[in-house]
Amino acid sequence: MSFRVQTASTANNLTRPLNRRMSIVDSERWLGPFLIGPAILYIVLLIGIPFFMALYYSVSNTTTGGGTLGFVGLRNFSNIIDTPKFQTALKNTFIFALFSQVVILLLSNALALALQKDFRGKGLLRFLMLLPWVAPISIGTIAWLWIFDSTYSVLNWTLRMLGLIQGQGFMWLGLPHLAMGSIIAVHVWRQLPLATVILLAGHSSIPKDIHDAAAVDGAGFWRHFFQVTLPLILPISLVALLFGLIFTFTDMVIIYNLTRGGPYDTTQVLASLAFYTGIAGGDLAEGAAIALFLFPLLLAVAYGFLRIAHRTEIT
Amino acid sequence: MINQQVKIWGGQAARWSILGGLTVFLAFPFFWMLITAFKRTGDLYDLKHNPFVFYEPPTLEHITRLFSETHYGEWLFNTAIVGVLVVLITLVLAVPAGYALARLTGGWGEKLGIGIFLTYLVPPTLLFIPLSRVIVNLHLDDSLWSLVLVYPSFTVPFSAWLMMGFFKAIPKDVEEAAMVDGYSRLGAFFRVVVPISLAGILTVAIFSFTLVMQEFVYAVTFISSVRNMTVGVGVPTFLVHGDVYFWGSLMAGCFIASVPVAVIYNFFVDRFIAGFTMGAIK
Amino acid sequence: MATVETRGVKKHYGAVVAVNGVDLLTRDGEFLVLLGPSGCGKTTLLRMIAGFETPTAGELLIGGERVNDLPPRARKIAMVFQSYALYPHMTVFKNIAFPLKAQRMDKASIPKKVEWAASLFGIGHLMERKPRELSGGERQRVALARALVREPAVFLLDEPLSNLDAQLRASARDELQQFQRRIGTTTIYVTHDQVEAMGLGDRIVVMKAGTVRQIGTPQEIYHEPADAFVARFVGSPPMNLLQHQNYLLGFRPEHFLPRGTQNGKGKVSTFSFRVTRVEYLGADRLLYGLLNGAFADQKVIARLPSTVTVNIQPETNYDFTVEDKELKFFDASTELRISARPL
Repeated sequence: MSFRVQTASTANNLTRPLNRRMSIVDSERWLGPFLIGPAILYIVLLIGIPFFMALYYSVSNTTTGGGTLGFVGLRNFSNIIDTPKFQTALKNTFIFALFSQVVILLLSNALALALQKDFRGKGLLRFLMLLPWVAPISIGTIAWLWIFDSTYSVLNWTLRMLGLIQGQGFMWLGLPHLAMGSIIAVHVWRQLPLATVILLAGHSSIPKDIHDAAAVDGAGFWRHFFQVTLPLILPISLVALLFGLIFTFTDMVIIYNLTRGGPYDTTQVLASLAFYTGIAGGDLAEGAAIALFLFPLLLAVAYGFLRIAHRTEIT
Repeated sequence: MINQQVKIWGGQAARWSILGGLTVFLAFPFFWMLITAFKRTGDLYDLKHNPFVFYEPPTLEHITRLFSETHYGEWLFNTAIVGVLVVLITLVLAVPAGYALARLTGGWGEKLGIGIFLTYLVPPTLLFIPLSRVIVNLHLDDSLWSLVLVYPSFTVPFSAWLMMGFFKAIPKDVEEAAMVDGYSRLGAFFRVVVPISLAGILTVAIFSFTLVMQEFVYAVTFISSVRNMTVGVGVPTFLVHGDVYFWGSLMAGCFIASVPVAVIYNFFVDRFIAGFTMGAIK
Repeated sequence: MATVETRGVKKHYGAVVAVNGVDLLTRDGEFLVLLGPSGCGKTTLLRMIAGFETPTAGELLIGGERVNDLPPRARKIAMVFQSYALYPHMTVFKNIAFPLKAQRMDKASIPKKVEWAASLFGIGHLMERKPRELSGGERQRVALARALVREPAVFLLDEPLSNLDAQLRASARDELQQFQRRIGTTTIYVTHDQVEAMGLGDRIVVMKAGTVRQIGTPQEIYHEPADAFVARFVGSPPMNLLQHQNYLLGFRPEHFLPRGTQNGKGKVSTFSFRVTRVEYLGADRLLYGLLNGAFADQKVIARLPSTVTVNIQPETNYDFTVEDKELKFFDASTELRISARPL
C-alpha cells in the first residue's frame, strides 16, 4: 500500500473557507474577561454595593420605615458598645465559635481516622453522617428543639432511664449555660460532617508509601499521627477550619430557631442581635452597625489563615 | 505478644465506639423525626411512655394534616421553583467563570480566585440589612422573585470555585486538539470541555440546590406572607401556632424536607470533594 | 509549498527567555526533529508554530504565508500530543470525524473519509470503542488517523512515544516513520530522546537554552558536532571530552580501542588507560576508567564490540588508541568546534 497522499497543494479541499481572523473567541486576552464578566458584575452588584450600603447605614439613622438617610457619624456604634446586650453578644460570638471549632477539630479528626479502613456498611454510615449538613439548617435546628424540649426531651428521658438524674431533667434551653452548651452542640452537629469529609479528602491525598515508610521506621500510633499524618493534612484542615469559623461567626439561624437569643438575651450573638435590632426592631442603622462588627473579625480570620496556609503549602 | 493483641483490640474498640457514638449523634435527630412523625398524639405526649416504643399503632394523621391543613405543600413547591431557577442562573454565571479562572487567567487569575472566595466573608447576616431596603424599593418584597434575584450571590462564588477545580482536572491538550481540529477556544469549550465535565456540572447544580434549600436569613427577611414562604422558613416560623407546637406534623415536615434531597446529594459527594480539593490545593 | 519557516523567533515569559532567536526552514516533505534536554525551548517553539503561544518577536511562516496572527484552526496543521489527547467521551469514529465536522464537511462525505484514514492505520475494527478501551499503540494510531484525516500541510508531533513502554516504542517508531514516508507531509517532531531523533529524523535541530546549536542530518550531528554540547548530547555512552590547556579533546567510546585492534589504517594517537570497571553488555563491553599521562585522572569510557576479544582486567594499565581523524577539538570557553591541535 504505497501511494502518495495528496497533501499540501490540495490541502484546501474543504467546503468552506475557515474563519481566519483572530476574533474575540480566539483571543486569550479578551475571552477570559468576557466569560467571567457576568459573574463578577453580579457579585459587585449584589455583594459589593450592598456592603458599602451597610457601611453607610451604620453611620446613618435609617430605619425600615424608610425614613431619612442622614449622616450621624459614629453615634450608632457608641450607642451600642456600652450596652450589656451588645457585650454579651460579642462575648458569645467568640465563645460559641471557639468552643464549637475545638470540639469539631477533635471529633472530625477522630472520625476521619476511624473511617480510614473500609468496612461493610461504610457507604450507609457515610450517608447517615452527611444528613446534618445537607438538611436545611432551620429544619435540623427544629429537630433539636424537640430533642431539647423541657417537658418531652428524649435526652432527659434517657438520662432518667440510665439512672443518671432524677426528676424532670435539664432545662436545656432554659438556663443560660445549658442553652449555650446546647447551641454549641448544634453547631458541632451541623458542621462535623463537612469537616470530616474534607479531612478524609486530605487523608486520601497522602501517598500510601509514606505510611509504609513510617511503619518500617517503627513509628507508633501517636507518633505516626502527630508527626507524619497531621502535618500533611494541615493545609486542608485549615481550609475546613476557616469555613467552620466563618459559619459559626456569622450564623443566626441556629440561635433564632433554638433560643430566640434567650433566655433573656444571654445567648445572642452579633448576627442574631443585628437581625432583631434591624429587622424586627426596625432600626436598620443600628442593626447594620452591629453586623459590621463581624467584618473585621472575619477579615482577620481569613488573613491569618491565608498566611498560614501559604506557608504550609510549600511541599 | 499479649500486649500487642490488647493494643489491637483496644484500637478496634476505640474505632468502633467513635464511629458508633458519632454516627448516633449525627443521625439520631432524623431517626427521631421519623418516630415522632408516626406516633399518635396521645402516645407522643404521654410522659410515662417510652418514647422509642409505639404503644399505639403508627398513624399517618400528622402527615395528612401537614399537607391538608398547612401550606406545607405550597412551601415545597415554592422551594423547588426557586431552587431550579437559581440553579439555572448559577450555572450560566459560574460555569464560564470557572473556566476562565481555570484556563484563561494568568497572574491575576489566582488573585481573582481568592477574591471570589473572599466574598463569603461578607455574609448574608450583614448584607440582609441593606438588601431589605433594596428589595422594598424594587417592589419585590414578599415575592419569591426577591429570592431568585439574591440567592445567586452565595451560590455563584463557590460554584465558580468548584467548577474551576473540575476544569483544572481536565488536561489542556484535549482542548488544544479541538483547536487544531478546527474550533476556536470558545468552540472547544462548548463542544469538548463541557461534555466531559458534565458530572462536575451536575454536582455543582445539586450543591447549589441544597444551598438554596437551606437559606434562612434572606427568606425570613424578604418574605412575609405564609403562602410565599420556602420550606426552610415556613416550617420553623409558621408550624408553630403561638406557643403550641404540633410536633408530629412538624417532625414529619422536617423529615420530608431533609432526607430525600440528602439521598440524591449522597451520590455526588465524592465529586464535590474532588472539585473542592482541586480548587483548594493547587 | 508546505514548508515551515521561523525567522528570528523569540519567546519571553517576563524575565525568563524560553526561545532566543531561532531561524529554521524545513524542506518540503522532510521529517525534522527538534532535539534537546528539557527546558531547551523545543516544545515552546512547536507550540508557537501550532499557534498556542504568540512569539514575542519574529515571524512564523507556513507554506510561505505569515501565520503569526492566525488561530490554530486556520494554519492547516495537525498535531499529535504527548498524551494523544483523544476525546474521552467520543468513540474512535467520532474522534476521527471531529475535525471534519469542525470544518463543516458535508455529512455524507465524512464516513468515507474516516474509513480511509482508519484503514491506513489498520484500526477499522476499533471504530465503536472509546479511548479508555484501547491500548497505548492503538491510541497512537487513532491520534495519527485523526491528524491525517484533514490532509494538513504540516504535522506537529510532541513527544508522542514517551508514554509508551520500551518494547512498544521501537515498533511504534517504525510505524511512524513508514507512515510519514508514505504520505510525504512535512513533519516536525519534538523529543528529548536522542535515539529516537537519530532513528527518525531526516534532519535534526539540536537546541539548548532557547537557541539552535546545530542543524544537520544524523550523520552530520554524530560525526561532525558543531559544539561540545551536541557532541555530548548525542551518542550513548556520551563522547569522551578531555580538558587540555585551552581546548577540549573529544573522541567517541567506540573509537577508543586497545592498541592494534583499530579497523582503519590511518595515524593513531595513543593513550595510557587504567581500567577501573568492566560492564559486560553482551554485544559490547563498556570499560570505565582513568587516563594517565598528559590527561591524568580524567574519566573516559571505551566501548569494545564483541568482535574485539582482548582480555581486559580492572586495575590494570593498557595502551589504547584513537584514529586521528576521529579526534574532535573544541574551544574550552566557547565549546565551539575548532580545527585540530597538536596534542
